[in-house]
Amino acid sequence: MYIGVDLGSRTVKMAVWDGKRLVDYKIVESGFEPHRQAEKMIAGLKATTVVATGYGRHLASEYFADHVITEIKAHGLGVYHQFPGCTTIVDVGGQDSKVIALNARGKVSNFQMNDKCAAGTGRFLEIMAGSLAYSLDEFGQAALLADQEVQINSMCTVFAESEVISMKNRGAPRDHIARAVHSSVVDRLSGMLARLGYGEEIAFSGGVARNPCIVHMLQKKLPEARLVVPELPDIIGALGAALHGAEI
Amino acid sequence: MTFEIKPYPELWQSLDMDVERFDKARLMLGEAYEKTYLSQQNRPGAMAYFDNMIAEIHGGRIKELMAAKAEGRPVIGTFCVYIPEEIVLAAGGICVGLCGGSQGSVPDAEKTLPRNICPMVKSAFGFKAGRICPYFQAVDFVYGETTCDAKKKTWEILDKMVPTYVMEIPQCKNPRDIALWNEEVKAFKAKVEEVAGKTISESDLAWAIKTMNNKRRALQRLNSLRHHKPCPISGKDGLLIEQIAFYDEPIRFTEKVNELCDELEGRIKVGEAVPTKNATRVMIAGTPMALPNWKIHNLVEGAGAVIVNEESCIGTRYFKDLIDESVSTMNEMLAALTDRYKEIDCSCFTPNNERLNQVVKEFRDSQAHGVINYSLQFCHTYNIEEIRIREACEKEGIPYMFIESDYSPEDIGQLQTRIEAFLEQIRD
Repeated sequence: MYIGVDLGSRTVKMAVWDGKRLVDYKIVESGFEPHRQAEKMIAGLKATTVVATGYGRHLASEYFADHVITEIKAHGLGVYHQFPGCTTIVDVGGQDSKVIALNARGKVSNFQMNDKCAAGTGRFLEIMAGSLAYSLDEFGQAALLADQEVQINSMCTVFAESEVISMKNRGAPRDHIARAVHSSVVDRLSGMLARLGYGEEIAFSGGVARNPCIVHMLQKKLPEARLVVPELPDIIGALGAALHGAEI
Repeated sequence: MTFEIKPYPELWQSLDMDVERFDKARLMLGEAYEKTYLSQQNRPGAMAYFDNMIAEIHGGRIKELMAAKAEGRPVIGTFCVYIPEEIVLAAGGICVGLCGGSQGSVPDAEKTLPRNICPMVKSAFGFKAGRICPYFQAVDFVYGETTCDAKKKTWEILDKMVPTYVMEIPQCKNPRDIALWNEEVKAFKAKVEEVAGKTISESDLAWAIKTMNNKRRALQRLNSLRHHKPCPISGKDGLLIEQIAFYDEPIRFTEKVNELCDELEGRIKVGEAVPTKNATRVMIAGTPMALPNWKIHNLVEGAGAVIVNEESCIGTRYFKDLIDESVSTMNEMLAALTDRYKEIDCSCFTPNNERLNQVVKEFRDSQAHGVINYSLQFCHTYNIEEIRIREACEKEGIPYMFIESDYSPEDIGQLQTRIEAFLEQIRD
């Protein structure tokens, strides 16, 4: 049994790999002590190796993990396993967004990652949804179904929120604003993809891949590529970590 | 034993510093130094001198500057490797690179300057505004230059607090630009002579050129020893010495760097390595890392790799070129000096193709496995030149990563992930 734990900024994910298939997985909120959450998740499981990834990886290795890899490598391994031959990954998590290029052997050959700010991340969407009084699930749905959008100029979470508030107060329909917020995230992601370059198939991992509007708009923006979303996009990093455990 | 930056409250008082605040900054710097530097394993013994240069950074060295001033020798503060130190030295003066590498002074600057400009310019300005840099307090004047917009417009404001002169550095390297530059070097000489109350003789300048060349040779020697595989000294220590080069007395500094190099040669003979024999080797390219900016080195070496070269102003751009010592008339020497300074390949020049080749050359020379191109936030010229450096590295198949950052700690988490992922990419 190989366990991968992805200690992210919003959630902790765990994947159990038995050498042939994914036999179990769990997703919980990170809370204040993500490593404690992770410890609880793996309690009682008999593991040959535990590999940690994500923001809390080093903390995890102080407490329980045998090895540590970055989430960039972990997503590379996870996607290569799910979509062999796919050489481009977009991963949008709670705190950051990344575009990763893989070589033919599935190894990371290049990557881009947002630095300081939350623009284009799950956190950005969450804050904007809150500002428009949507739940996260409703937010993506409403944006997908909107027939029009207004223009949002700012990518910065703080400025975009002010922009959204002033639009609200000008009476712009809520779903139009929702769509504009999604559009701004997609612009940012496609910009990162253009800078790094991408292949025929692009895998979309991380929690934001469950947002139907982002997926739809990103696919429309990249007509020459095929966007593929794993069945469980949240746990790709944890799966990659578990696979790494089986490799070493 | 705990490390301490030595306090000199009376000296600071006499320099009209904010003593109470500065004393706190001193404790923080001492703590950071202990954590970053003294925790390293297997450091060369000759680093003791440089540790002491840090312990005495706000005292012992300042006393030396004040003693020189008492003798009527000028102390001139600068911010750029384009200001010819030889001329200051030839007039009996002292040239010091001023403080500008700390987040602590940025809020002082942001009371006046715009927020969205270079952190080095803000930090430097803040050190003067907050009266928290003894070097700034000790200098007779500052000699700035026109290498970037943030600096050249800040000089106008800084001048209200400390006399600030400006050397015009051209933006191209055509013959007419070099002629202008040569005139600027002569004007700088006239200004220094005026303050020193002394005419620089040919033998003064010849001596100064030789002294500075020897300092550059010592730094070149250290750099080439860092290129050895396995590396005999950490990148953090290498960077520290390059930083100290900007405020130490040049003859003593040269001697001490050479002593360290002797020790490193001994280490190489027995195969002693820092941190380990197979450590991943990283080269830094880009903007200067002014003391105490050890952010990237801390992260890279904290992840088990070693930095083997800095293609930077606080790095090879400062010492890679020597001045021709074979000429002897004043005009010939000034022309030779200008000639050497024009070899510095700062991104403020256009075109700046020499730098693309230099990055690739230093990558090869240093036997690095990958390049991290580092640019200070809002440094437009390095930030845009990044595109061409990336293309040059990609063409050569050199693993490459770009980091834009300032002095604040808020992006440490993301940077750590990116740096570790880059090292994984190289190792896989």
